Amino acid sequence: MEKTWNNKAWFLVLPVLLLVAFSAVIPLMTVVNYSVQDTFGNNQFFWAGTDWFVEILTSPRFWDALWRNLIFSAVILAIEVPLGILIALNMPKHGLGVPVCLVLMALPLLIPWNVVGTIWQVFGRVDIGLLGYFLNSLGISYNYTQNPTHAWATVIVMDVWHWTSLVVLLCYAGLVSIPDAYYQAARIDGASRWSVFRYIQLPKMKRVLLIAVLLRFMDSFMIYTEPFVVTGGGPGNSTTFLSIDLVKMAIGQFDLGPAAAMSIIYFLIILLLSWVFYTVMTQSDAEQK
Amino acid sequence: MSFSWMAWTLPTAIFFITIFALIAAMGVWEYLSPGGGPRVGILRFETTRGDRLFVSLLGSAFIHLAWLGLGGPSLWWALALSVVYAIGVFRFV
Repeated sequence: MEKTWNNKAWFLVLPVLLLVAFSAVIPLMTVVNYSVQDTFGNNQFFWAGTDWFVEILTSPRFWDALWRNLIFSAVILAIEVPLGILIALNMPKHGLGVPVCLVLMALPLLIPWNVVGTIWQVFGRVDIGLLGYFLNSLGISYNYTQNPTHAWATVIVMDVWHWTSLVVLLCYAGLVSIPDAYYQAARIDGASRWSVFRYIQLPKMKRVLLIAVLLRFMDSFMIYTEPFVVTGGGPGNSTTFLSIDLVKMAIGQFDLGPAAAMSIIYFLIILLLSWVFYTVMTQSDAEQK
Repeated sequence: MSFSWMAWTLPTAIFFITIFALIAAMGVWEYLSPGGGPRVGILRFETTRGDRLFVSLLGSAFIHLAWLGLGGPSLWWALALSVVYAIGVFRFV
């Protein structure tokens, strides 16, 4: 069937374009303008050229925060994606269990990020927190405010608790869309549980997994509120991710020029990695067809 | 309406005008030759003209950053390298 071209449709896109312009493009342009200037407030700016970019790119503080962020995102994806798939595979497909599981899974997603941070900040405390008190009573000297490994473990477990549900719900949506005929054909062929997963369920979940991986990567790479509330970036700088470092620089130190340069580098890294993820996953999908 | 809060400078204005001109030129190209010119290049997956522009701009940004980090503050050579890179992307990707 031949497509009908109607240029009036462009006007329907206009509100979204205006919204994106005001919420993303204009702020981004302002950040680019700030990144080549210095300011001490009062709307007065002094040309700095590429100095802030050189300063950030040669700063060990930036590279340390970037590595911490990359490791954090890799760990988060390595845990949340397989765990999310596993939970989705074991969730009931019919009956009363479905709404119960869906509500339980949705609960962590409904909690505001700063509240999640506060919950875990209290939960992990040695004096009044259930987790901290329990671990210490077992003889494990857990203290996330003093030990970097414990701080990392707490932040990772908190993120897994908060966001695995998103992967679960997306995977579950993919799984319930598979017609029963596929499973019946697999049973007739005597397919094993692994074969059903490998050749029926995983390919059908691929699109939602792409969304899940992209969302979780971008979110974990931009994480700020939860670790800031729990650890404040410490102990030392052990949980200072790029976003925390950026806020310290922009608001704590009022170094708006270097902070703007760092924001642009940060944005470009997210753009590059998201494009790589998206391309790899959509191309492998296209090759299978 | 004053845009002084956006802290405009001539170099950044030229930068954004160039980006918007490139996007507008892509729109004209698409109008004259619809379909996006999809093809499979050296990356072994299908790309359209828009994809190639995106790869060119993103790659150019990283070329400039790498130059600043490893070379120095002068970006003319990085700009020349980016133009060569973009031509390569549009020719072979």
